[in-house]
Amino acid sequence: MAATDNIRASTETLFSGTAQRRSANMGQILRWLILFIGGVAMVMPIAYMISTSLKWPHEIYDVNLIPKEPTIENYTFVLEDGRFYMWFLNSMIIATITTLSNVLFDSLVGYTLCKFRFPGRYIVFIAILSTLMIPTEMLVIPWYLMSQQFGWLDTTWGIMFPGLMTAFGTFLMKQFFETVPDDFIEAARIDGLNELQIWWTVAMPLVKPALAALAIFVFLGNWTAFIWPLIVTNSVEMYTLPVGLSTFGDEADVQWELIMTGAAISTIPTLIVFLIFQRFIIRGVVMAGLKG
Amino acid sequence: MYRNLTIRQKQIVWAWAFLAIPVLFYVVIRFYPTGNAMLISLQNWNLLGDRTWAGLDNYAKLMQDEVFWKVFKNTFVYLLIGTPVSLVISFIIAYHLDRVRFMHGFIRMLYFLPFMTSAVAMAWVWRGFYQPVPVGLFNNYLAAAGIPQIEFLRSTTNALPSILAPAVWAGLGFQIIIFMAGLRAIPRSYYEAARIDGVPWWTVLFEITIPLLKPTIVFIVVFSSIGFLRIFDHVFNMTSNDPGGPLNSTKPLVLMIYDTAFNAFDMGYASAQTVVLFLILLIVSLIQLRILRDR
Repeated sequence: MAATDNIRASTETLFSGTAQRRSANMGQILRWLILFIGGVAMVMPIAYMISTSLKWPHEIYDVNLIPKEPTIENYTFVLEDGRFYMWFLNSMIIATITTLSNVLFDSLVGYTLCKFRFPGRYIVFIAILSTLMIPTEMLVIPWYLMSQQFGWLDTTWGIMFPGLMTAFGTFLMKQFFETVPDDFIEAARIDGLNELQIWWTVAMPLVKPALAALAIFVFLGNWTAFIWPLIVTNSVEMYTLPVGLSTFGDEADVQWELIMTGAAISTIPTLIVFLIFQRFIIRGVVMAGLKG
Repeated sequence: MYRNLTIRQKQIVWAWAFLAIPVLFYVVIRFYPTGNAMLISLQNWNLLGDRTWAGLDNYAKLMQDEVFWKVFKNTFVYLLIGTPVSLVISFIIAYHLDRVRFMHGFIRMLYFLPFMTSAVAMAWVWRGFYQPVPVGLFNNYLAAAGIPQIEFLRSTTNALPSILAPAVWAGLGFQIIIFMAGLRAIPRSYYEAARIDGVPWWTVLFEITIPLLKPTIVFIVVFSSIGFLRIFDHVFNMTSNDPGGPLNSTKPLVLMIYDTAFNAFDMGYASAQTVVLFLILLIVSLIQLRILRDR
């Protein structure tokens, strides 16, 4: 016994290098394989959505991922009456304007709070920060009453006014303006630029990555926003894509190929944008997540 | 006049000029509505009739409302299952994905893709998956494997986890990305030292990696908890024939607020519910920050 043990021990020391490396390699391959399968499983719901949207009604009961006779019939049918174009346009307008507004105002406020010394600075900062704690759901009733009073119900302005500025964005931008050296701003002042020019031409270009991160978050947030647009709109023409899709789903009832098509229409554009700007978007998400 | 000001005074003028519109926005669109919600919660108002003072009646009514306690429980079930499950899964994936070089970017993209989808669209897609045979994907697979059908959305016990699944699924990508950034921030030298000392991997994991990830974990826990406590889009769209059903078994607080305010038009009662939601969010965030920061 002892002898065999000794032999085994000595062979193990002899070969342990390669054996370990081989088992490490096997482990590495296994790790990769499991992660890969998991990743494929993650995108399966999206793949099935697209697959079902390309199937004829009689084929949707089939679990095949690849349609036997692919068709774009569902898309023609869903897009026919033009509602999806309308909702798409509404969502696009709202998400674009709120994004621009946030990029502009959040950075202006963030910059002011970061680079100016003035009475009231601390109070303004704390006040804006404290709104982070207030959930949107608490404000929807007062916003609704306000919109009713001012005739903002069922208008584009009504849908987007609550999101024109965010405390999250302001805080994010303030953090990033900390990285802009004060000397740059001083130098620009000596060169005779006014404060607005300094902000726009000196400071803003230096925080471009942060602006991009902010823009991604705000756009995605408004593109997918549901509860407030659901409350404030009541005519089909004013619906945003999520609200429209929600009503469309109820209306299509059990015609799942049509529901999947509607879902695909509202998902594919953001997925394409993501695939194009992938690295950039992931970096932005990390930045916003860690600093915000 | 402006010319006669000192540099410091000019700065003050500029600062307030920059802040004028935003301050107005925050006062009118954030602070006034917050106060208004609290005020309305103390009134009886059905949107048409008069607003009458109710004191704490709405809150008293809430405490005696059986539906509220059901909803309260549901909301915390979403939180107490959703947060730990998504935290553990996303950590495990991030931990391993961080050690993979081959096609790293591609695999990361697969996991992140669901985060870019809209909750409403995916709620409908998953609702389709949960349908009984012959439509539903999951039940079709079960049938093919000879396993009895599962009532996903029509059962009072299965419906809530079924709704939670796509919510967890959609959020994983974000958490994985944040975890990986956290893992990257841990200095390599710590691992080198552990390797030279021959420390086993689980000791490295529990003594180095997880303690150093604490800020990341705090962020993810607080962020995802707030998300699960405010769940609405998934529930509303997956149960739109009977929102929050069956038998209120999936109804979260936000859906109850929506119903009370915009179906029953009981603005006072709904506002009281929103104040309760606000308090829950506040307390849960504070507790989590306390526990996770101190340890």
